[in-house]
Amino acid sequence: MRLIPNRAWAATLLFTAFALLPLIAVWLDDIYLIVIATRILAYAIAALALDLILGYGGMVSFGHAAYLGIGAYSVAILSRAGITDLGLHLLAAICAAAVFALVTGAISLRTRGIYFIMITLAFAQMAYFFFVSLSAYGGDDGVTLAARSTVFGQPLLESDTALYYTGLALLVGLYLLAVAITRSRFGRVLTGTRENPVRMQAIGFSPFRYQLTAFVISGCMASVAGVMLANQTSFVSPAFMDWHRSGELVVMVVFGGIGNLLGAIAGATIALLLEEWLAILTEHWQILFGLILVLVVLYSRDGLTGFFRRRL
Amino acid sequence: MSLLEVRNLRKSYGALKVTDDLDLTVDEGELHAIIGPNGAGKTTLISQLAGQAGSDGGSVRFAGTEMMGMPMHRRVRAGMSRSFQITSILPGFSVLENVAAAVQARSGSSFRFFAPVSKEQALNDAALAVLARVGIADRAFFRAGSLSHGEKRQLELAIALATRPRLLLLDEPLAGTSGQEADRLVEVMRGLKRDVTLVLIEHDMDAVFALADRISVLVYGRIIATGRPEQIRDDARVRTAYLGEEAGEGS
Repeated sequence: MRLIPNRAWAATLLFTAFALLPLIAVWLDDIYLIVIATRILAYAIAALALDLILGYGGMVSFGHAAYLGIGAYSVAILSRAGITDLGLHLLAAICAAAVFALVTGAISLRTRGIYFIMITLAFAQMAYFFFVSLSAYGGDDGVTLAARSTVFGQPLLESDTALYYTGLALLVGLYLLAVAITRSRFGRVLTGTRENPVRMQAIGFSPFRYQLTAFVISGCMASVAGVMLANQTSFVSPAFMDWHRSGELVVMVVFGGIGNLLGAIAGATIALLLEEWLAILTEHWQILFGLILVLVVLYSRDGLTGFFRRRL
Repeated sequence: MSLLEVRNLRKSYGALKVTDDLDLTVDEGELHAIIGPNGAGKTTLISQLAGQAGSDGGSVRFAGTEMMGMPMHRRVRAGMSRSFQITSILPGFSVLENVAAAVQARSGSSFRFFAPVSKEQALNDAALAVLARVGIADRAFFRAGSLSHGEKRQLELAIALATRPRLLLLDEPLAGTSGQEADRLVEVMRGLKRDVTLVLIEHDMDAVFALADRISVLVYGRIIATGRPEQIRDDARVRTAYLGEEAGEGS
């Protein structure tokens, strides 16, 4: 017996729950709930982006926090230059992320396995230290944003609820995009390359071009999460691209279940909620979190989403 | 007309010459078997021809074009495909998807991101036709990793065929198959002889002598004899290579 018949149903349920959340927050009179939920949406976008290359492409990037930083600094840099439009912030973030992913991906993809993990980490650390040295934007301390991004010249996102629904719309849009990609011709080549790269070459594909394209798409998607995060915190610092954060993104994807997109979203949600709740219980909440992660990975190879699937 | 011309092909692993100044000519339309004792360098030769393994020197001309230095995926697109001795499939894909991916590689760009590929009828139809040809159409919607060994060998052949090659390099297609499965694959190869030029590496001598138009004998990285099956059967050097020195001297 399946609890939920298929992924489309599960996605509908999950996104409906997200859509109803602000109503619950109003009912509970707990505005902080929306703040947490907006953070969750941002991380869900980043985890979704990572799952596209990790789950479908077999590329374990340990440097995806770099794209959070690139997205966040796009907001900070453009805002200071007087450009406050959300659309332009997103465009700048995506373009910058594409360039960074293209260059670092082209080099990283010459390696495999642990070397790929290490080289993506190294590039992210280079980005981290670049922004640490960027004294015009506060260096190590980062920079506080004067205001959130604007939409049609209006400060619409100053409302937490509006920002939340913007994040939700971006997440749903990117989720549908990711689903389409994984089911497309391109997605088949990407997944086939994860399964057996030599076989793909032997039928006439050059894996590198497809892997690099996926890497760039993933980076661009993750930069959108950075734009969201900067708006949510109204603050940008190199800490956004700390290597801990890259690790957390990998944990979210593994926690939720690798390679089904929805798992990444669920993983980000549960991981951040656990962080909130366990922190109330004890300041050593990470011990408990680690224990839960171990149990989930031990008892379900597909992470949290595995518990909802029929055991074969 | 020769479709494949190999001249002075070389490859060494350290001091070991795996392919030693090898010459080979394959004519268009023939089934050319390559036999030889274990360790003669047969699989290495196929890998060099397919572009999977590098060569230290020499020339591989296919349909008049020099292939040396060209990576495997480009040789496949030029019309030269290989199969693998150790089954190489996409285990998590369905049987149909394994073959459809090969059809996809030769039909249009794969930089398409939105339309669902599983609904591309042209790919699925072409893939089903190839599956029917090798006799596993009834397994189309099974997970490839769940097939029996014999079925996997059939799938291996189907994937290579789906690239629609002019020259097909088959590396021990019968490896590990039982009598009935082997008979089936031999029949498939007999059917292929009409449309595809085949280079066949095989240990099953009954199959080789039943199918081959010409046979080359590879020993220590060199072709020591090439000829029609009956010529090879009677060749003293071949008997020596296979049966050992004494038998050779005795004959």
